[in-house]
Amino acid sequence: MARILSILVGLFFTVALAWSFGKGAYQQITEPPAATAEHEFHLHPKEVSFASDGAFGKFDRQQLQRGFQVYKEVCAACHALRHVAFRDLAALGYNDAEVKAIAKGFQVPVYNNATGEVETREGVATDYFPPVLYGGQGTPPDLSLITKARHDGPAYVYSLLTGYQDQPAALLKKFPDSKTPDGLHYNPYFANLNLAMPPPLTGEGQVTYGDGTKATVDQMSKDVSAFLIWTAEPKLEKRKQTGWPVLGFLLFATILGYMSYRNIWAGKKH
Amino acid sequence: MSFPWAKEYKPSHPFMQWMDDRLPLPRLVYNSVGGGYPVPRNLNYFWNFGFLAALCLVLQIVTGIVMAMHYAANTQVAFDTVEQTVRDVNWGWMMRYAHANGASAFFVVIYVHIFRGFFYGSYKAPREMVWLLGVVIFLLMMATAFMGYVLPWGQMSFWGAKVITGLFGAIPFVGEPLQQWLLGGFAPDNAALNRFFSLHYLLPFVIVGVVILHIWALHIPGSSNPTGVEVKSESDTVPFYPYYVAKDGWAIGVFAILFCTALFFFPNALGHPDNYIPANPMSTPAHIVPEWYFWPFYAILRAFTQDFFFIPAKLMGVLAMFGAILVWFFLPWLDRSPVRSGSYRPLYKKFFFFGLIPAMAVLFYCGGAPAEEPYVMLSQIAALYYFAHFLIVIPIVSAIEKPDPLPFSITESVLGEDEAAKLAPAPSATVA
Repeated sequence: MARILSILVGLFFTVALAWSFGKGAYQQITEPPAATAEHEFHLHPKEVSFASDGAFGKFDRQQLQRGFQVYKEVCAACHALRHVAFRDLAALGYNDAEVKAIAKGFQVPVYNNATGEVETREGVATDYFPPVLYGGQGTPPDLSLITKARHDGPAYVYSLLTGYQDQPAALLKKFPDSKTPDGLHYNPYFANLNLAMPPPLTGEGQVTYGDGTKATVDQMSKDVSAFLIWTAEPKLEKRKQTGWPVLGFLLFATILGYMSYRNIWAGKKH
Repeated sequence: MSFPWAKEYKPSHPFMQWMDDRLPLPRLVYNSVGGGYPVPRNLNYFWNFGFLAALCLVLQIVTGIVMAMHYAANTQVAFDTVEQTVRDVNWGWMMRYAHANGASAFFVVIYVHIFRGFFYGSYKAPREMVWLLGVVIFLLMMATAFMGYVLPWGQMSFWGAKVITGLFGAIPFVGEPLQQWLLGGFAPDNAALNRFFSLHYLLPFVIVGVVILHIWALHIPGSSNPTGVEVKSESDTVPFYPYYVAKDGWAIGVFAILFCTALFFFPNALGHPDNYIPANPMSTPAHIVPEWYFWPFYAILRAFTQDFFFIPAKLMGVLAMFGAILVWFFLPWLDRSPVRSGSYRPLYKKFFFFGLIPAMAVLFYCGGAPAEEPYVMLSQIAALYYFAHFLIVIPIVSAIEKPDPLPFSITESVLGEDEAAKLAPAPSATVA
């Protein structure tokens, strides 16, 4: 009785699934889904490597400083960095005076209890990067976590910054309706191919690096991506450095554990 | 509750004697995980995963309590408090990654533990209660993990919560009010986040309670073993201490190495990037997917794309998703084969390795993939087999299968017939 009941319940689910499968298959044949421009022309991020990659990865402090400079002089016009405090910048190799000077360069909003107005004051080291007001098209995301908030994040940021181009003729030929709308910009590394952000890094020498590095678009893109790896995970270095002694200890302990296991079970067939 | 040859706890120190007369806690430990618990000598490494699961539970509770010290369950600040923990709290990053990856580790271990049970027939008499309590633990784990994933209030937290609580809306008549009652609103918001946090803190301790029952129920008949033949004599067993303490001990080492490799070098590999974007009810992610450990059941949910007679597709999906786990409760009575271990069941073994395992693998893969072809059709085939396996294949196979001959005893399976005969008492003695 129980067996019959169970087979009936089983048939209920399997027949329902077969029905779904059959109808789905029929639909695939009669009306196959149309190809989309996003599906065919979206590109995965380019291959790019950073000093912080790999199990022994370490930040390149010089590069982080250059990346911060790109952020400050270019990205910060539209993108905030709300999870990062000025004091955190000490990790990039700036000394106290430099951190204070950087903070001072930012205006931080404060609510004045007496007047009820929001005023601004110069930033101090303990402030976080202030919000960025933006009234244009699109919604510039906060960049603090951007390299962790996208698949293959660091490479994605680098690819996006260096990936602006004209729409390929093949795309327009196949999908005539997919012309990039006015005010948007074609970039195959962006999920739906057209984004509101105009190419932010346009020419060599857009920033002037203090360390003499040549500020090509490629270099600036790499530097700012490296900086954003740091903002997303300031403890990355410490994490990897902690991992090795932990694994070393565990390996040692496990070998001892294995030896004592062999010792205890010696002569006991199992 | 134990075998007659189980060693008795004999406190030697006067204090322990005093203690034993008043609160025999050391005796309980001795009888549970000490020298007083005889365990089959032939357990393979799949039997380490129960102990590992308990370790994961402890790890989750410890790291979770630390996380809770720095977390605020409020939609305005929840995301930021998690980030502050990671950035500004001493070792906060490690606690956070250990807790997030600890959930994954827990599920890896528990899936192995459950499938060990499937293959070796651990659910069969006299261990039905062990199995039923285990399924209860799994359901509680799923609820706990789901609510925990909502707490950081990222994009996947919010949209996952919306999709999963939306499932209750599929229940006829009471669905919508029920969903609103569960959420404390029309969509996931502060009320939902608060109660999820409260329950996420509560349920692990409920799990601890059920785990105690699970182990208690296990210790009545004692552990099963790879042959499925019950323990017959002392030579079939070894005391848990030191034998299995040593074996579990070094297994913990291997587990810890794998876990720490993930924790220190790939902490975000199993997470979804969208959960590093703060929750935004106005922006739906392109693909809403739960955490990987829910993928098989998510694939089953999405496999039902067509209304079935008068039952809407969504309700079918919800019924099937819950049914896919609830069917495990009936397993001890669906599988009537007198032989426990899959090793001695030629037909069952084939369906297990070439049916259930591939179907589960496909469901895992498709559950994480976008809801488009070919993934939907693949998951339909796999889900079809999944239900057929438990509800049709197992009852029929257990009726028609001719099992392979079983060894007489565990000792015989380990030592061979001749060696075992030397150890066994004379035949006349066994008759008496």
